[in-house]
Formats: sequence, C-alpha cells, structure tokens
Amino acid sequence: MTHSRRGTAVVWLLLAPALLLFLYFKFIPMGLGLWKSFFKVQPFLGDEWVGLDNYRAIMADDAFVGAVWHSLLLAVGTTAGSLALGLGLALLIEGPARYLWFVRAAVFLPVVTTMAAVAEVWRIMYHPADTGLLNTILGWIAIDPQPFLASEHSSLWSIMGMNVWRGAPYDMMIILAGLVGIDRTLYEAAAVDGATTWRRLRHITLPALRPVFWILFTLAAIRGLRVFVEVYVLTNGGPNGSSEVIMTLIYKLGFQRGELGVASAGGVVLFAATLVLTVAVQLMRRRQAR
Amino acid sequence: MRFDTALGLEARKGPLATLGKIVMYGAMLVVFTGPLFGLLVSAFSPTLDPTAFTLWPDELTLENFAQAGEKNVYLYLLNSFVVVGFGLLLQLVVSVFAAYALARKKFRGMTFVLLIMLTTMMLPEEIIAIPLSLVLADLPLLHVNLIDTYLGMILPVGAWGFSILVMTEFMKEVPIELEEAARIDGAGELRTFFTIILPLCRPALGVIGVFGFTMIWDQYLLPLIVANESDHWTLPIALRSLRSDEEAGIGVLLAASLLALLPSVIAFLAFQRQFMRGLTSGAVKG
Repeated sequence: MTHSRRGTAVVWLLLAPALLLFLYFKFIPMGLGLWKSFFKVQPFLGDEWVGLDNYRAIMADDAFVGAVWHSLLLAVGTTAGSLALGLGLALLIEGPARYLWFVRAAVFLPVVTTMAAVAEVWRIMYHPADTGLLNTILGWIAIDPQPFLASEHSSLWSIMGMNVWRGAPYDMMIILAGLVGIDRTLYEAAAVDGATTWRRLRHITLPALRPVFWILFTLAAIRGLRVFVEVYVLTNGGPNGSSEVIMTLIYKLGFQRGELGVASAGGVVLFAATLVLTVAVQLMRRRQAR
Repeated sequence: MRFDTALGLEARKGPLATLGKIVMYGAMLVVFTGPLFGLLVSAFSPTLDPTAFTLWPDELTLENFAQAGEKNVYLYLLNSFVVVGFGLLLQLVVSVFAAYALARKKFRGMTFVLLIMLTTMMLPEEIIAIPLSLVLADLPLLHVNLIDTYLGMILPVGAWGFSILVMTEFMKEVPIELEEAARIDGAGELRTFFTIILPLCRPALGVIGVFGFTMIWDQYLLPLIVANESDHWTLPIALRSLRSDEEAGIGVLLAASLLALLPSVIAFLAFQRQFMRGLTSGAVKG
C-alpha cells in the first residue's frame, strides 16, 4: 500500500514540471484570453465588463473581416501549392541512389531555416525595381518587372510564393516517407498488365498516399490561419492592408493600440476558426475513409 | 526492368535521360538552395546596393561582420544562444521526466495527462500571444514580472508536447526486463533511470534535441513580446530594426541574417538522420 502510494507520488513528481509549465504558459493564458475578451482592458483604471461588445466590434471591423479572408486565402494557397509542388518533387527525387539523397537534403534546407532571416532574403529578392533579383531573372525571359510585395494586387501572392518555397520540401519529405511504404509488387503487376506510367500513378501511387495527404491537410489546418512572422517581416500587412492577416492585426491591436480586450476577442475567434477547420478536415477524412 | 519508384526514373539510362536529370535536379538545387547561397555570398561581399543580391563574389570581405559588431549583432547572437541553450536543456529534462512517467508507470489520470499534451499541440501558440504577455508581466500567484528577462523567453518553451510524446514512444520500446533486472540487483528508482533507461534513450534525445533546437531558435513572437529593451533581443527579432537602421546598411543586415540562419542549418546537417526520424514520427502522430 505504502509502496504504491509512493509510486503515485513519484509519477506526479515526474510530470509536475511539464504540467506546471503547460498550466502557466498555455492554459492560464488561454483562460485569461477568453476572460479578457469580455472586458474593456484599461491598464490603470481597472477592467470594465462589456459583455460581447469586443466581439461585435471585431466582427464589424472591415479590417478584421479582410484579415480573415487574407489568412484563409494564404492558408489555402500555401497548402495547395506546397502539396502539389511537394508531390512533384517527391516523385522526381524518389529512389535509393546516393545523389538523390544529396538532392533531397539540399532541397529540404529551406524548411529548417530561420523564418525571420529567410524572409529578409526574400524581401531583397522581391525588390520591385528592375534591378531586384527576381525581376532580373524575369527580364531574361522578357517579362516586365513586377512590383511583388509593393503592390496591393501581388503582396499576398508574393508571401504565398515564399511560403510554398519553404513548405513544399516539408511535404515532399512526408510524401517520400509514404512512397517508401508502397508495395513494389503492385508496380510490377501494373507493368505486366501494360499500364502506362500515368495510370500506375493514378491508380496505385496516389491512392496509397491518401493517408499521407490527410496528415498534411490536418497539419495545414492547424497551422494555416496562424501565420504571423512571414507577413510581419515581409509586408507588416501592407501595402494598404492588402496582406493583413489575423495575427498581424491582433498584434497591432494588442501591442500598438493597447486594445487588449478587442485583441483577446480576436484571439478567441482565431482559436474557434482553427478548431472548426481542424474538425472539418477530420470529418472529411472520415467520410473519405468510408 | 526494376520497379523501385513510382515514376521509374532511375531505370532510364542513356545520354539524353542523364542530361534531362542533370537539368532537372540542377534546377531544383538552384530554386531551393539558391536564395541561401545568395545570402552566404552577399554577406561576405562589399555590397552597397540595397536592392541587389550578389550571386557571384567579386571580392570577399569580412567588413560586414566587423560592422555588425558595432550594431550589437553579436550581443543578439549571444542572447539567442543563451535562450536556446537553457531553453533546450530545460525542455530535454522536462520531456525525459514526463516521458518516463508516461511510458513506464501505470497511474490514474494518464489519459487526462495525454489529452493535455495533445491539446497543447493542437493549440497554435500565436493565438495566446496577447494573454501570454499579460501572464508574463505578472505570473499568477508568484507575482513575478518576466518581461525583459531571459527566463521569460526560456520558461514558455520549456515544455513541448511534441518532444514529450516522441520520447514517450521511444521509452515504451525499451524492454521492461532490463529495468526489472536492475531492480532485482537492488538498484533504486533513480539509479535504474540514470544507468538503464537514459543511456538507451540516447537516439531519441538526438531527435528531440535537434527539433527542440530549431523550434526554440525559430521563436519570434515570444521574444517579440518579452524583450522590449534591445539588450534582451534575440537575433531573429533584431533583424527588423537592423533593416530600418539607415547607417547600418544592407551588408550588416545580410551578415546578421546569415548568423541567424546558420545554427539551425548546421544542426540539421549534423543530425540529419535524427531529424528525418522525428519528422516522420511527428507527422504521423500529428
């Protein structure tokens, strides 16, 4: 009896550091965010209960609605682009040869790079004048200089471009891990039946990769709407709010304008949206599985 | 004919196929490593033009790195290393302890603890940034202000669901007989843990170590809300102000970007095997 009680004490002692850190830096902030979202937060005057006013304010705010759309567009575009490019790369780099291993490692490098540093590099490459690196390259194939980040019409797409560059190699690695698991005898059987490469891809490879695609979709749903660093560094939401996303707006509301209550409400909305998106992906996955 | 891959590219031989492959893989390398290579070359070049990127060096110089010193870049780099060093140490200890309890013990409330871990992984940390800043300014019950301290950047990354779960999975695979044998030999709880379990988990420590390193090194929002004064800035968040610093010039920004980027790239190259292992296990567990 005493022994098992001591065992239980040891267990909770071992878990205590993790649980305490989670409590302090994840769960208390989560609860506090929800709580503050019902208040007009005033540093020295004390908080004032305003009910759902913060939510009304943020939902009626055109900038917030715009930011939600930009976040969604960025999330969907990045996910689709990364997945398509990642699949292409994975199929082309699949194989046991040593030089392919080298190509894989090199292509994967963008994933491990520090976002803030890489965004500075892309910001320079995206320089809108015709001396900018990407515009120089476009010049070689006789395309006029593009404004990239400097224009309302292309800022979001340019951010997406960098995100796909950084996201595709990640998807590629996960897809490669999935490709390894495909039964080789199926390929052989297909060849015996005289199937073309395209048919083999369509009827064997892609169906076998379905679980992998769902994993990547789920990850994208969790990560999708929360983009911050790349936008903050590349455009900070500009020009003219054309690339403002939910997190950059919340950051400005909270830390620059001191509207902590409204910013907290925005955080709660973002959390709810992420939850809905994640559940939606899981439901689609269930339906597909049946 | 062999059927090693979906497209069967490797089976294609002949000069034309070889040429095609060289062009294709070459293009991939240029697209995905070109920008990084450009950064490397430019950081060592006497760049004056703030719009252009040097892809081929005319001459190499350390001037940018010397100037970076005047702009406190090495202080920021040191801050980054302090945060990542202590943060990673804390993360490893916390993960190993928690994983040992989860993998080796049976206790009531285990499902609940696992649920907590999963919840923290599903919760994008950006969402709690605003309330987290309030918590850090005045820790509940303790009433300590962690704004503008290293601890404020270290403690929040101390517990990471991913690394706890990866470690747990690994510990489950260590045969329980080894532990029982040690116990029969009279080794206590602590000794069993340090002499049997921990040495066997070294590969997993590599996995969570390299992931933890890149995760903490890439932190942006956290230092942004914690370090208001520039003497606590980490390198990633310092880049933005270096950019707007008129007299610093693009060379300093590029040198600092390179310094911000190199450690995680080096960590990846040195621990590639562990990285790939963690990548697939992490993705599967989601």
